[in-house]
Amino acid sequence: MNKKLLTLLAALFALSLLAAACGDDGDGEATDTTTAPAATEAPDEPGDEMMDHLGDGSLGAVTVEAGGAVQIRSLNAITGDVAFFGLPLERAVILAIEDYGQIHGFDVDLGTTLDDLCSNDGGQAAAQIVVADEDVLGVIGTSCSGAAVAAAPLITDAGMVMISGGNTSPALTSDLAGTPGENYNVGYYRTAHNDLFQGAAVAKFVFGELGFTTAAAIHDGDPYTQGLAQAFADAFEAEGGTITGFSAVNKEDTDMVPVLTEIAAGGPEALFFPIFQPAGDFVADQAPGVSGLENTVLLAADGLLNTNYLALPQTAGMYFSGPDSRFGENVNQSTGKTAQDFLAAYEERWGEAPAAPFWAHGYDATTMLLDAIAAASYVDADGNLNVDRQGIRDYLNSIEGFSGLIGTINCDDFGDCGAARITVVQNIGGEENAVASMDNVVFSFVP
Amino acid sequence: MDEGAPPSGAPRPRPRARLLRPRTRVDWFLTVIRVAVLIVLAVGFTAFIAQEINPDNPFARWANPDATGLTGAQFRGLVISGIAQGSMYGLIALGYSMVYGVLGFINFAHGEVFMVGAMTGMITSNKLADAGLWESNFIGSLVFIVVVSIIVSSLTAVVMERVAYRPLRGAPRLIPLITSIGVSFFLQNASVVLLGPASKSYPNVPDWVKAKHTFLQIEGAKILVIVVAALSMAALWYYVDRTKTGKAMRAVAEDAEIASLMGIDVNRTIVRVFAVGGAFAGMAGILWGILFRSVIHTTGFLPGIKAFSAAVVGGIGHLGGAMAGGLSIGVAESVGPLLILEPLGVSGVSQLRDAIAFAVLIGVLLLRPAGIFGERLPAEDRT
Repeated sequence: MNKKLLTLLAALFALSLLAAACGDDGDGEATDTTTAPAATEAPDEPGDEMMDHLGDGSLGAVTVEAGGAVQIRSLNAITGDVAFFGLPLERAVILAIEDYGQIHGFDVDLGTTLDDLCSNDGGQAAAQIVVADEDVLGVIGTSCSGAAVAAAPLITDAGMVMISGGNTSPALTSDLAGTPGENYNVGYYRTAHNDLFQGAAVAKFVFGELGFTTAAAIHDGDPYTQGLAQAFADAFEAEGGTITGFSAVNKEDTDMVPVLTEIAAGGPEALFFPIFQPAGDFVADQAPGVSGLENTVLLAADGLLNTNYLALPQTAGMYFSGPDSRFGENVNQSTGKTAQDFLAAYEERWGEAPAAPFWAHGYDATTMLLDAIAAASYVDADGNLNVDRQGIRDYLNSIEGFSGLIGTINCDDFGDCGAARITVVQNIGGEENAVASMDNVVFSFVP
Repeated sequence: MDEGAPPSGAPRPRPRARLLRPRTRVDWFLTVIRVAVLIVLAVGFTAFIAQEINPDNPFARWANPDATGLTGAQFRGLVISGIAQGSMYGLIALGYSMVYGVLGFINFAHGEVFMVGAMTGMITSNKLADAGLWESNFIGSLVFIVVVSIIVSSLTAVVMERVAYRPLRGAPRLIPLITSIGVSFFLQNASVVLLGPASKSYPNVPDWVKAKHTFLQIEGAKILVIVVAALSMAALWYYVDRTKTGKAMRAVAEDAEIASLMGIDVNRTIVRVFAVGGAFAGMAGILWGILFRSVIHTTGFLPGIKAFSAAVVGGIGHLGGAMAGGLSIGVAESVGPLLILEPLGVSGVSQLRDAIAFAVLIGVLLLRPAGIFGERLPAEDRT
């Protein structure tokens, strides 16, 4: 009797599999057939009143009814250990929307700002909330590459675009030589630099400026940290140096002596650990106490480049790579604002200076998205705003010589739009110098 | 684990009795796993020794051509850092073990009591540093923050008992266990609300604490941690074994009902157990702060779980065992990756330290189901 039941169950299971497979096919065809005509109809219908706009309708269109608002979203790491990094990005989006004003007479609505939790799960959960709202045109985010890996496929598949001011992992765009990264999705863009530039900058600094020939790197398994540590290791070996150790920690580890001992076995002159807090606190604190690392020079990257970390006593004298934050007189062409204007508004609104350096990237990303929506939309006879999703991508793909706070922005074929200027700063030391240390540039790199 | 349990009422099994019992498939399976564990340990250890004797030794590199071996100083550094970390696990484990001994349930919120101690120390030491006392009178300040933190964490533990566990005294053991998980989340989130989600640091400690001791080549902070842990252990032993209150605790642990018939105030004794456990957790919190100088609301979680494992490894309910378990887990997770796994050619060994810590737990339970110092309990006490 048991056997009979089992056979029955197996048969049922096989049938359900079959049904599921057929069902999927049917769904796929159904969506294909419905979107295509809708897309071709859209431009036809309005006739003469249709204004000049970008896009062929291949991804469908969104209609914003008169009196409604254009929907975009912010998806950044606004809670947890890395909130210092995501909050300035989110605030930059808010300020950029205010500075930009209306699109063809329509307000821009940010909805509820979302949290990527700086993790794969967080990115996925938030992306599902975003795509559930079919009126959303684009997302500014994520902050963390680890979250983007999960969020980008969902968001771009829904026809939306995603522009990140904080992601730097090479896997999300390309290797800069024409090969797309393993997590590249069409419709993904970023104004943050590709970490291949940052890795190369650190390697050049360590090899050329400090004159070291041996170095080691530690990451924490996150795509951002792993990608950057690898980029550094590759670039350092290309310069002619030797990588004596390449290891990983867990994000929640506190006793770093074992991993540091493993690294010390190779006797490196420099140790690069592009990780986050709190693990970064423990590495900097415990490294000088490990036999073989007493005189090793410590370097970290933009994940640790914040005033909180710079204020720690054990980080005095350390080097940090990060985006060039000397924005000078750069003007964002869409809003006419400079970095000084932005910082003044930020300080007035939130009572503090941004704690991490990517705010300008978030600001430029937002204005690029709003420009793209403006270029891909028109107001029809009924006063509704019609936005062509493909048009947004067409505009972003063609961006060339866009003047932003971070400098001149050019988008390549794989969504890398960043100015890619990297600087290395040295921590002067002391809590009172933490802010000044962010600008204490000792090396700059332009590709 | 319980395969040797006799029907209730049968005489307690003597070790020999197990050998006479017919072997089941489970026994064979366990034996295979035990042998496999020993082989992995033996192979890794042999490769390590071979590597240390001569890096060109063919034995040393058969599995991992990149293995470099450790210098004596590095090996000592690993062991010391393992002992320091392990002493902290041991101090926390005492609380788990004592509560289990008396009430028979696992108080999972104990790791959070440790976090509360570390947070209190962070706040107090930063206030002292602002007043300039931290630098000018470090030892005095240290004693002060230890006292404050012990008071706060004992109080937390006592309030926890009063609010969350006492109303459930008669309930099945699973109920307070689940409640303790809830208390744990409550304390973590209370810390986020009160102090924010960012990691917070202790003020800088004087150079002699950070610098290596000239003779022993060990950082002052680690010596401090080890010495304080040893002293606390001795004090606890005296308290439980030599004082009247300690005797009352042991009596309640043995049989609460009979103890109350003998005129022992059971509730008061249980409160004392929580207070003492909390005090040790608070002490561990300060040592954590001195050693790692950074604390966050999740600080208590992983050390709490590891300390619980330590209590089980040592034999839950046995105080010396808790300390021994803490030390063995601390040293194993510190030394294990480079000693056993690296010569075997495993990649990313340092990320596997938690795996090693819990492998020790599984390994010990396989070889000695009741823990290193644990006694096999008669079946009626085990439910």
